[in-house]
Amino acid sequence: MKAAHGRVFKYGDNVDTDVIIPARYLNSSDPKELATHCMEDIDKDFVKNVTEGDIMVANKNFGCGSSREHAPISIKASGISCVIAETFARIFYRNAINIGLPIIECPEAAVAINAGDEVEVDFDSGIITDITTGQKFQGQAFPPFMQKIIDCEGLVNYINQK
Amino acid sequence: MGMTMTQKILAAHAGLPSVSAGQLIEADLDLVLGNDITSPVAIHEIEKMKVDGVFHKDKIALVMDHFVPNKDIKSAQHCKCVREFACKHEISNYFDVGEMGIEHALLPEKGLTVAGDVIIGADSHTCTYGALGAFSTGVGSTDMAAGMATGKAWFKVPSAIKFNLVGKPAKWVSGKDVILHIIGMIGVDGALYKSMEFVGDGIQYLSMDDRLTIANMAIEAGGKNGIFPVDDVTRAYMKEHSTREFVEYTADEDAVYDEEYTIDLSTLRPTVAFPHLPENTRTIDEVGDVKIDQVVIGSCTNGRMDDLRISASIMKGKKVAKGVRVIVIPATQKIYLDAMEEGLIRTFIEAGAIVSTPTCGPCLGGYMGVMAEGERCVSTTNRNFVGRMGHVESEVYLASPAVAAASAITGKISGPEEVM
Repeated sequence: MKAAHGRVFKYGDNVDTDVIIPARYLNSSDPKELATHCMEDIDKDFVKNVTEGDIMVANKNFGCGSSREHAPISIKASGISCVIAETFARIFYRNAINIGLPIIECPEAAVAINAGDEVEVDFDSGIITDITTGQKFQGQAFPPFMQKIIDCEGLVNYINQK
Repeated sequence: MGMTMTQKILAAHAGLPSVSAGQLIEADLDLVLGNDITSPVAIHEIEKMKVDGVFHKDKIALVMDHFVPNKDIKSAQHCKCVREFACKHEISNYFDVGEMGIEHALLPEKGLTVAGDVIIGADSHTCTYGALGAFSTGVGSTDMAAGMATGKAWFKVPSAIKFNLVGKPAKWVSGKDVILHIIGMIGVDGALYKSMEFVGDGIQYLSMDDRLTIANMAIEAGGKNGIFPVDDVTRAYMKEHSTREFVEYTADEDAVYDEEYTIDLSTLRPTVAFPHLPENTRTIDEVGDVKIDQVVIGSCTNGRMDDLRISASIMKGKKVAKGVRVIVIPATQKIYLDAMEEGLIRTFIEAGAIVSTPTCGPCLGGYMGVMAEGERCVSTTNRNFVGRMGHVESEVYLASPAVAAASAITGKISGPEEVM
């Protein structure tokens, strides 16, 4: 799996799926359209500033709340290549894997990395490098079963290959 | 090592003699659920899968409840997509306008969820059916698609937290106060990835509607599921609503729990969650003077008969405070009719409230009660996140139907004792 490399957008605890993609936009399921409203209610400038490959870093319980898969879909379609957090809410965690948005749990990295840092994530080793500060962190690698789903780029392909 | 109630249900559905926390399993599903927001995404995914149709036309439920009757053209397109899918695959449990209700009130009422089931739903409040002694959990649309195609889902077996409920709650204390108290105590990620298993003598004092409310909000503590043991109240409910066989599971004596809490229900007070997290709880005695613009009584959390009865008993013969908009939403057509026959609808309308057809609308800021900048709502719903019910500068206060009804009368957050 290709390493992620980009600039960091940083958020706090309990970023819920209502702020990732507000329900007023859920009358669409088009990834491109959803991406234009991603993070709108907590960071109006996100959509303007994000570029392909950027990385999102947050603290505890990222993606809590609604099960809307539109949340990871909008993040992925906005160009984000990886989300790093202390912990993820469980439905968001499943959804991200199922749609092929790389995510990684690493409490140390989530705390230490600053907004705007240049960060690289090597998914094979789970190593997160903050190129700006020179710090390295060991993120939690996926269990083999989930790795298989990710290798297939999502659950649909995994089921098709079984 | 003993198993929790959740683990026993999962083991049985995975065809294994036992399972333990952290184990990855594949379990057979008794029901796969989706709504008008999540199903279109799932249908798009299932169409990419190399499968012939769905695994079982009677074990899929598609409920059009979030944005129906459709609020705009895009939501109408979504419902059309689901309607055509349901027709093509002869889905027997497809519920559209006229038959629909809010999914988590509707499915138990229709007898589609019973004790011992494993249920996934593309809606986070799918955990509601734990009230009946089932394992049920929310997933996303792709999991729903895989569930519809294969009748199976993968799970990481959860560990559990035990909540020992003892004592009898006071008059105005309901299931909503119990679960808000718990979320306030353990936080919105206090049960992350875990089961919340409710046990204890206090459960006998909780009606089925109270239990459905408590299990419904397990997700607001990050829980994978919330589950109650099966007792006479559960059996009576299932016999009334379902013809399906049910299986009762009980936790082993030596089951292992990550944490255990004892909660004396007799000490609880009506509880309110302040913006912008369900964990920001205060008892009614601590709320201070909070003026409100809107009240919503309804949702998958609190739109059932008990909720409407207690609200009406408080509002009967009184008038809604000037300047407050009160929206009452019976959760299903049956509840609507029963409320009408009991005279509750008349009570609400005479008090100055409106009564709507079943919909999730206002709970998620969809329609039917979207709020403007700076407005405040006391709501019996389940989430008070930033922008949840409208403008990012609006505020949601989560409370029981009794507190919501009392607040409707006074125009500020109030306990029922203040108006009774």
